[in-house]
Amino acid sequence: MEGSRALFDEMHDPSGAVRPAYREFSRWFSEQDAAALERKHRDAETIFRRTGITFNVYGEAEAEERLIPFDLVPRILTAAEWRRLTRGIEQRVRALNAFLDDIYHRQEIVRAGRLPRRLLLDNPAWLPLMVGQRPPGGVYTHIVGIDLVRTGEDDFFVLEDNARTPSGVSYMLENRETMMAMFPELFMRIGVETVSNYPRRLAKSLAACAPPACTGRPVVAVLTPGIYNAAYFEHAFLADQMGAELVEGSDLRVVGGRVAMRTTAGYKPVDVIYRRVDDDYLDPLSFRPDSMLGIPGILDVYRAGGVTIANAPGTGIADDKAIYSFMPQIVEFYTGEKPILANVQTWRCAEADDLAYVLDRLDELVVKEVHGSGGYGMLIGPAASREELEAFRAKLVARPDNYIAQPTLALSRCPVFVERGLAPRHVDLRPYVLVSPDTIDITPGGLTRVALTEGSLVVNSSQGGGTKDTWVLKE
Amino acid sequence: MLGRTANGLFWMFRYLERAEHTARLIDAGLRMALTRDMVAAEEEWRSVIATAGQREGYEARHSSYTGIQTWNHMLRDPENPQSVLAMLGQVRTNARLARNAISSELWEVVNDAWHHVSRMLARPLGQNQVGEAVSVVRRLAVLAHGAMIGSMMRDESYHFARAGSFTERADAVARILDIKYYLLLPSLSYVGSSLDTGQWDTVLRSVSGDRAYRAIHAGQIDARGIVEFLVLDARFPRSLAFCHRALKAELAALAQIHGREGKADALMREADSLLAGRTIDEIFEEGLHQFLLGFMGRNNAIAQAISADYRFLS
Repeated sequence: MEGSRALFDEMHDPSGAVRPAYREFSRWFSEQDAAALERKHRDAETIFRRTGITFNVYGEAEAEERLIPFDLVPRILTAAEWRRLTRGIEQRVRALNAFLDDIYHRQEIVRAGRLPRRLLLDNPAWLPLMVGQRPPGGVYTHIVGIDLVRTGEDDFFVLEDNARTPSGVSYMLENRETMMAMFPELFMRIGVETVSNYPRRLAKSLAACAPPACTGRPVVAVLTPGIYNAAYFEHAFLADQMGAELVEGSDLRVVGGRVAMRTTAGYKPVDVIYRRVDDDYLDPLSFRPDSMLGIPGILDVYRAGGVTIANAPGTGIADDKAIYSFMPQIVEFYTGEKPILANVQTWRCAEADDLAYVLDRLDELVVKEVHGSGGYGMLIGPAASREELEAFRAKLVARPDNYIAQPTLALSRCPVFVERGLAPRHVDLRPYVLVSPDTIDITPGGLTRVALTEGSLVVNSSQGGGTKDTWVLKE
Repeated sequence: MLGRTANGLFWMFRYLERAEHTARLIDAGLRMALTRDMVAAEEEWRSVIATAGQREGYEARHSSYTGIQTWNHMLRDPENPQSVLAMLGQVRTNARLARNAISSELWEVVNDAWHHVSRMLARPLGQNQVGEAVSVVRRLAVLAHGAMIGSMMRDESYHFARAGSFTERADAVARILDIKYYLLLPSLSYVGSSLDTGQWDTVLRSVSGDRAYRAIHAGQIDARGIVEFLVLDARFPRSLAFCHRALKAELAALAQIHGREGKADALMREADSLLAGRTIDEIFEEGLHQFLLGFMGRNNAIAQAISADYRFLS
């Protein structure tokens, strides 16, 4: 890693002075008593525990619920920084939807020679049954989470586009609730943009995408894999906040050309399904005949305009890491503009030159699986042992097209609360974007994930990361 | 609302009632054990286990009856699927399932208590800890009912939850009467005669009816009076008559919301005719055991009919 290069500190400038975004917070913080803050910190855990904001860790034998550590120092962005980010995010999300519409229709981008056809057809997330299909309102990615990292004052990069079923938004909301409960005086002193209307905005955005078959007020349901899913709390939380039903596959069936849920008074049609299950578990008739999960025939109803599925089936291809490497071209192709937000430089190991470069510098790079997520199956070169490097090298050579590589970024750091005051830790940011037929709505804030171990760059909650409340200051 | 959610609510409250009832039984047993000699205490713990319907499970693991074994088995033994801990786990799981149908107040009470109780019951409890554990469980039930009454809409969710409570409560009270009746009576000729007052005191305590009963009967403990109180006195919230009437009201509310009656309502009317206007003399004449068996059978049939009428399961 370029350890000697100055890391960008979001709170302090290189001279040690507090940056404008944190000025008022810093003043407040200096007035606080460390022991009292420590107590508040424990209070926060109690609040999370009692409310049940927990997650299950994949791969743990006992599906015990864990808390994601919460840090009480907010991550703060100025109005100007946020404005610029939103322009970039909006452009990118617009491009993602145009891209999805194109690849499932005329594939102009392939015809124009900007994207290799094999990246679509050989991709497990490519869904042939979406070819020629346009979702209600023309919206493919109703909910998107764009993962951003920062390396300098004006240097934000998109690390990942989460276009399937981005999670974590309940933490954005609950972190804010917790902060307001613990430090009401902070919110009196500092004007912070609200995030709490996200569920209302989500409900409105989903209802705006109701299918042609919907006649009255759209009925919205959140589809969850069930209480043992890692994100079940979030599914229940969002359904509750939206006033929507929380359904499992076994509650749904196709009745009279509609998807209907089993209520105490019989089957009632559902218009919009906010699904938090993968494509594979939507319809056993189309995907996995062996599967007990899913709703047989739901995709036939979908194609006939009987139900809206959010996000649309087949959108996963847009958050594939091999496609990601083409995002600058994709943005330019569909918007006719230069991308406002940059990609992280990415080497596609499927290409011989790139592979050679990556193998040569394995100990400096981060290598990720093309279809992986959640920080699993990746190599962080600078942190890996010689054995790990060699083992990964073998995997890379065996299946180069399964990997991409990126430089180890000097992620910006934000202060976290520790025993002796504040200490800097690396962070990223996931803002949440809602897409409806005529608006792209970005909630001012998002989920800041923080690597709680000193020096660590891994912010994933599954690997010891924590979260912070994220503030966008009012003008 | 979803049938699956209704099922979750119904069972959430059945399990809550069951956990509370089990805790009360232990409480009554503890009191009894403290006031009697060793031999009698062993008998008392045996009857506590029997009343809870956990005899088979207990005897598979223990060859004698002692207080410490009994309460640890009933409260927390990881091998016992009917332990209070396991039941509270079910309460919480069902609350999670029905998370969207219950208020945050209710959810937080259940969630908070579950964390508390599971920490408390992580290790076997000694003499000095069991009382506290039992009272935490009983407090949970009080808090949960309070949270529900104070914060939930009187819609389907509420009525399914209440229906679960009263179904379970009626079953538990009928069971305790039935078992005590068998255990305590040397022969049928003893029906209605004066019996061991200490044992009947335990029965009253295990349904938190001792205070109310004393107030009505000026402290006189007699079997007939107690059975009459627990079966027919509709003012007492754990009597069969009260539970029956309350369940009937919940079913009527559901039928009104749905604009139609189902099989459960028909069974309810049938049960009505068998309970309304009965006197304790008639019941003893029929035989208390017969009467209680009939009551439990109908109660169970109503529960199953609710499940079918409202599409609890696919």
